[in-house]
Amino acid sequence: MTEVGLGHYLTLGAVIFSIGVIGIFLNRKNIIVILMSIELILLAVNINLVSFSIFLGDLAGQVFTLFILTVAAAEAAIGLAIIVVYFRNSGTIRVEEIDKLKG
Amino acid sequence: MIAHSIFFYTFSLIAIVSAIMVTASKNTVHSVFFLILDFISISCLFIMIGAEFLGMIMLIVYVGAVAVLFLFVVMMLNVAQQKNQWFAAKDSSKHIPVGLIISTLIFVEIIIVIGGWKYKPEIFDINNSLSQSSLSNTHSLGQILYTDYIHVFQISGMILLVAMIGAIVLTFRQRAGVKRQSYIKQISRERVDGVEVLEVETNKGVRIDD
Repeated sequence: MTEVGLGHYLTLGAVIFSIGVIGIFLNRKNIIVILMSIELILLAVNINLVSFSIFLGDLAGQVFTLFILTVAAAEAAIGLAIIVVYFRNSGTIRVEEIDKLKG
Repeated sequence: MIAHSIFFYTFSLIAIVSAIMVTASKNTVHSVFFLILDFISISCLFIMIGAEFLGMIMLIVYVGAVAVLFLFVVMMLNVAQQKNQWFAAKDSSKHIPVGLIISTLIFVEIIIVIGGWKYKPEIFDINNSLSQSSLSNTHSLGQILYTDYIHVFQISGMILLVAMIGAIVLTFRQRAGVKRQSYIKQISRERVDGVEVLEVETNKGVRIDD
């Protein structure tokens, strides 16, 4: 068994990032799962930053992980507020029924 | 090192399986639970490779705040019982090959980038100042966070403030028919508005107009 190095952590980040992208594209349920997939993508970015920071010996990566954490929390709060308002107005948050903008 | 490898593979396996379950689970509440499991295993990985402060902050912020926020919204909106139609819906099935192709391409690209790092091993010979310092992870992080990155730190506080105000403004609504206390009206009330001196005639009383 080879020693666990930077490549292993980056591969883990890549796998979780791809799962998040798959979750956004293939989602047929409600928007909340899409928000959770966005959280997964941000988590993968955090894994990359922290592993680079540890293996290259530079603390700036961990500082920026802290800021990404802040932005992720703010984004989750705003996104969930928008979802609550939309559900109150239209009564559904299913992905295929949200077509007011005709996109 | 063997124990390190075993722990890494265990935690990353749990993380990947629970990430798959977040997107594939039938019930939205189960998705939130798997998201929590994912965050916990990733924070265990962070603690394992030496970023203890970030691991603990991930536990507090993600598991304690964000995931609970998701749970609240899922329970409030009563969408937990909506069934997942992964490959069932007819007109939505055209998204599936596109999504699979795009995410596979992204995965392959990132793996290629990692391969480039693997075949250039002299890049790891950068002087590792983290392991030489005797300070703990939290101590050294605080030393640069409050000096070099103080402006970015304050801006992130502003971002949180804006998010809080935005969420309150978005979800606040005034219901009709609810009696509210108005401090301005109470304070600016004069004697003339409330009290009136009347000459009451005998045997006639006072008529009150409502």
